[in-house]
Amino acid sequence: MFRELNRAMWLSLMLSLVFLNLVCSLPAMAQETHVGKLTGHADAGKKSYQRWCIGCHGPYGDGNGENAPWIDPKPRDFVAATFKCRSTPTGTLPTDQDLYNSVARGFTNSNMPHWDALTKQTRIDLVAYVKTFSDRWKTDKPGDILKIPAETPITIQSIAHGADLFQKLECWKCHGQQGRGDGPSASTLTDSKDNPIRPYNFAAGTDDSRFKCGSTNQDIYKIFMTGVDGTPMPSFNDVIQPNDAWDLVHYLRTLQINRHSKENEVLRAAGGKIPKIETKDAAPAAAPAAQPDAKPQGGRKR
Amino acid sequence: MHIRNVRGRRQEAALGAWSLTLITLALFLVSTSPRAQAIPAFARKYGLPCSACHEAWPKLNNFGQVFKDNGYQLGNDKDAPIFHEPAYWPVSFRITPNWHRENSDKMQVDQTASGVQGITTHGFDLSGLDILAAGTLNKNISFLLVPSADSTGAFHFESAWVRFDNLLKTSWLNVKMGKIELDNVFSEKRNLTLSNTGGPYQIYHYQPLTSVSAQTSPFGIGDNQIGLEVMGHSKNSYTRYSVSVLSSNDGNVGLPTSNSYDVFLAGSQAFEVGGLGLQRVGGFAYFGRLPTYFLNSGGEPIAGAGQGNKPFQRIGFYGMWYLKKLDITTMFTHASEDKYLATGAATDGSVPLPAGARDAVWNGALIETHFTVNPRFIIVNRYEAIRMSQQSLPDDPTTNPSNLGDVDALTFGARFYPFMHSRDGFAIHPEYSILRTRGAFTDPNDGSLKDLTTSSLFLGFDFIF
Repeated sequence: MFRELNRAMWLSLMLSLVFLNLVCSLPAMAQETHVGKLTGHADAGKKSYQRWCIGCHGPYGDGNGENAPWIDPKPRDFVAATFKCRSTPTGTLPTDQDLYNSVARGFTNSNMPHWDALTKQTRIDLVAYVKTFSDRWKTDKPGDILKIPAETPITIQSIAHGADLFQKLECWKCHGQQGRGDGPSASTLTDSKDNPIRPYNFAAGTDDSRFKCGSTNQDIYKIFMTGVDGTPMPSFNDVIQPNDAWDLVHYLRTLQINRHSKENEVLRAAGGKIPKIETKDAAPAAAPAAQPDAKPQGGRKR
Repeated sequence: MHIRNVRGRRQEAALGAWSLTLITLALFLVSTSPRAQAIPAFARKYGLPCSACHEAWPKLNNFGQVFKDNGYQLGNDKDAPIFHEPAYWPVSFRITPNWHRENSDKMQVDQTASGVQGITTHGFDLSGLDILAAGTLNKNISFLLVPSADSTGAFHFESAWVRFDNLLKTSWLNVKMGKIELDNVFSEKRNLTLSNTGGPYQIYHYQPLTSVSAQTSPFGIGDNQIGLEVMGHSKNSYTRYSVSVLSSNDGNVGLPTSNSYDVFLAGSQAFEVGGLGLQRVGGFAYFGRLPTYFLNSGGEPIAGAGQGNKPFQRIGFYGMWYLKKLDITTMFTHASEDKYLATGAATDGSVPLPAGARDAVWNGALIETHFTVNPRFIIVNRYEAIRMSQQSLPDDPTTNPSNLGDVDALTFGARFYPFMHSRDGFAIHPEYSILRTRGAFTDPNDGSLKDLTTSSLFLGFDFIF
């Protein structure tokens, strides 16, 4: 009798242990990330994701967390593996460093806070876990990192040439002539999920933190050279030369009318007016095509 | 008969086996529950899970500390109230219906022959109510208002302040005025224990058993104080400082004591240790003054006309050590109280200083351990020891032993959050705590001093919405 009782108890215990062992020994997520000397592990990142990210990005990483319906802009869909802030060419995956920087920096004009209160290890673990949501990370590699040449001198000629490029590249169509995000196409823009999206308003911020993908001149250079994937903002890397790109950066800074900058000082010293210049031969004739998966509403198939 | 017994035992065995299996599975599921989220007004505002700011509600993690240090701002466009939905209401309510059992091992009882017996009482009860209104009035101007009721519904203002954040565009300069929580990173306002005995930190509230000022002007580091605080922090709050100037009235309104001011200083530094987590070390010091007598009018003391101020102080050092899911807080405090305050003497001589009177001095140690199984389940343990190092009156083995008032307090508890979302918080909270105070009971038969032990058993449903 006691043997039977013991047998049942043992059987039960064994079943429980086998179950626990099975679950606990499921292959750990092998995804790793590397930034500097840090190595991120997806299984550690999963716990952090559940604590900090799941409410918006959702349990499946598809941007459908319980808060998503009330959030604008919508949370990133990690399954699509399309990322706005990259140092890599448009259409390619970002580097671990790009994702790590995005987690730390956050996005001022969205619900995504800066997570630099988390330890470096926690952030790199999170990046590793985010990369488990899409098989694209198994088949593709991040693109080549954009090389950013040394910045050219900030002169009124540079700014004037940048202004000329702003017209020729048709940046004004979305961003508006004053860079207020009120160009004629602005109201028609949608992102790759068909959500309405507003062009960047250069005039709105009084400091640099409002730029989505970093606040330095190098960051601005990078933003329009790599494009902002998932939005109508195309890459200009194949369209303009590095020196032209720097000129454009210098002009864009003058659109930040409430910001104290070297560019605005140069402009003020020149009397506050940007001189008209002759078109350079190297300047492009037209803007690049908008992102294939994000387009003005007028062009959407219905 | 025999067969029926065997069948019965087989069924019991099977039942026991399945129960064991189910319990194992249930424990496993509980311990691996995937989702967590808690002050719901903030969660609603920012769309973040409560677990973003809380290790386990209400204990803050470093992200929550940064959010608090920034004046309840995340640094994005959601901070200023002008960007909220007009219907957004920055208010939360917290209360804890509970069952609890309180035991005291000695009490004077008239009906008992010896005049002494232990008393146990238990039953269903309510905690007090906190109404928490908090947020921003404008970008970089934040506020907190906490009308708080005791369990009978009698209200007072637990907190009420306005804060100017990021002055001179730096996180190193923030100014807050009103009734504030002292900058205790190891916060009693966000602790994980709720019972009568184990709820408050002894180390934050202890005053010597014989202290007269403890009766007339109780004081605690854990009490909110009224004053002005200047604090600053690094962007990630790894480095923090706080300087407060406070009215010397332990947070009571109406300027009831004197025209003196207290000072509180605090600072801490955090550092990362690989994958173990964020470690923090810090210190604090409180330098206070209390009157020893009052000017009278018609024989009655005039409120606010305290005279003959004498000092008291609290100095502490702490460390918060993280070993992944296990974290341990250690704290040491050194405290003293002027002999006039301790003995109730007045500097004007109206109440003379007893012969041999000296400053009361004591030390405290605390160790609190948390095991965060996941954001939905946390286990808590705390041990506190307070030792008098100098009584205010000369030691006497029978009437004033050197260990009179020494305290040992032990608390075990857990909080389980059966569901979580970013709209409210709910925790099932079991807790047991026991407190022994040396010589706190005077035997009515022979006048001898005996140790007093009290304990609490608590089961509450703690909710906030």
